[in-house]
Amino acid sequence: MQASVPPMRQRATLIVGAMLAVSIAILLFAGMTGSIRVPLADMPDALRQLLLGRPESLAASLLELRASRALVAFATGGALALAGLMMQALLRNPLADPYVLGVSSGASVGALLALMLMASTLVIDAAALCGAVGVAMLLYLLARRDLRGGQAAEGGASMLLLTGVIVSALCASMITLMLSIAPEGRLRSMIFWLIGDLAGAPLRLAPWLVLAGALLYAMRNARAMNMVALHAENAVTLGVRVGALRKGLFFVSALLTASAVTSAGSIGFVGLIVPHACRFAFGPDHRVLVPASVLAGGAFLVLCDTLARTIVAPQQLPVGAITAMIGAPVFLYQLHRLRK
Amino acid sequence: MTTIATHDLSLSIGPRTLVQGLNWRAQAGECWSIIGRNGAGKSTLLRTLAGLQQPAAGAVEIRGRALRDWPLTELARERAFLAQSRHDAFAYSVIESVLSARHPYHANRYWEGSDDHQAALAALASMEVADLAARDVRTLSGGERQRVAIAALLAQQTPLLLLDEPANALDLAHQVSVMGLLARLCREQGKTVVMIGHDLNLAARISTHVLLLMGDGRWQAGSNQQTMQPSLLGDYLGHPIDMIEHAGHRIFIPKECPA
Repeated sequence: MQASVPPMRQRATLIVGAMLAVSIAILLFAGMTGSIRVPLADMPDALRQLLLGRPESLAASLLELRASRALVAFATGGALALAGLMMQALLRNPLADPYVLGVSSGASVGALLALMLMASTLVIDAAALCGAVGVAMLLYLLARRDLRGGQAAEGGASMLLLTGVIVSALCASMITLMLSIAPEGRLRSMIFWLIGDLAGAPLRLAPWLVLAGALLYAMRNARAMNMVALHAENAVTLGVRVGALRKGLFFVSALLTASAVTSAGSIGFVGLIVPHACRFAFGPDHRVLVPASVLAGGAFLVLCDTLARTIVAPQQLPVGAITAMIGAPVFLYQLHRLRK
Repeated sequence: MTTIATHDLSLSIGPRTLVQGLNWRAQAGECWSIIGRNGAGKSTLLRTLAGLQQPAAGAVEIRGRALRDWPLTELARERAFLAQSRHDAFAYSVIESVLSARHPYHANRYWEGSDDHQAALAALASMEVADLAARDVRTLSGGERQRVAIAALLAQQTPLLLLDEPANALDLAHQVSVMGLLARLCREQGKTVVMIGHDLNLAARISTHVLLLMGDGRWQAGSNQQTMQPSLLGDYLGHPIDMIEHAGHRIFIPKECPA
């Protein structure tokens, strides 16, 4: 314990470095795997062609398709994991996830409505974003006082949680209603959206910008997140502006969730389990957890999506059907091995 | 030198007035105990002094500057606050929880420095919990957790310490040693301690001053000698109290209830 200053920093560098290496390895794996395998030996050349913007060989064209999908998956997974981590710190509840406050249910209501009305892809995305932002605004108005913190020591977070759960339930009933009256032909696409699917998700810059901005915010506030996780409202006496931090965490995680569900539908499990697994593996310090969760979430979703499009190829499964199937056994193993 | 003072401070919860027109000041080197019944406003007062809560009226000043005029980080280097209870949601280690008290000192750094580690380890050692440094805070016993929380308070290295029932959950030996340590900090380092406690004998032993709260707005502040009187204490605590002298100390005991 005595000489623990450099080790803390070294340990963090080591963890984040290792996660980065794993992420790159998984991205490479995603690029190589598919109905036609690209051998590792062809990868450097294909990558070079891709970076020059002139994919000529078969390998390069394949890589272009797969890389764009993998990059969407990475941004989505990273965003969901970071949103979950922020929600858990905000609510001081390790069981919170990005969906607990109903932001994704709001997105689902918007997207399903657009799907039911046979709107174009762009309109569906816009409707999802509107739904997510709408619910976030509603929640903020209802829970503004609780977010600010103050009088009630532990009451604030649990009030926000309860409000979110109720709003979420309301959205869920609207989803059920739409599913039950939707025409037969639209049902499949609606279900796929609800499960979360990366097939045909376009590679856009916006989710990456949102993720980068949120990561920057989280890194800057990582120490303050530790304070709030440890001391709740009393972190004020240690110089943390708890009210401002809570509002920030709320809005940034809502934005991340909105951006993730807009590009890929409501993929479950990543936002809850990835931060949790990282906390088990690396400890609760947010200075390590923030970068580690983003990398782990991104890599995990790329891996899941690669499996989703190859397990029963040529048929493609929605990635949301795979995440828990792979994640749950890994997590249960970790949980019980560590408990011993 | 006045460390903390209140001007016409009034506290209320709902329609009930707890404290009215409190004009009170604590100097460097003084050790204050706040005594009163359950629900008399002791914790409300301490949280207001710490800046966690707004008073119904009046103002709190630390070193002559109103609380709201202090930047939060600077204020965090002036006063430390021990909450009555805590709920640990995450598996932070003991050393991490104590290092968190160094937050106001490394505002622009991502990691703590070696000075922060030294302060944290010294604080743990003074609370006799240095051997717990690597433990998960959620696995500690109630008394161990309380000592770790007090260690964090000490690591914050502030001139003013506000403690809500520091003797909570401590065994007899640690009650005496923790209280002794707080009294020594006042005497030797000129710190100001304001604490809430229910043990009259501990309060009589170590406090230099006492603030009595009635819970209906009335209050009385004074030196240990003036305020630690059986009749006055009996009034404020709502139960008749006897005093006996033993080995030069005053011992307070509740009178038997007429059955």
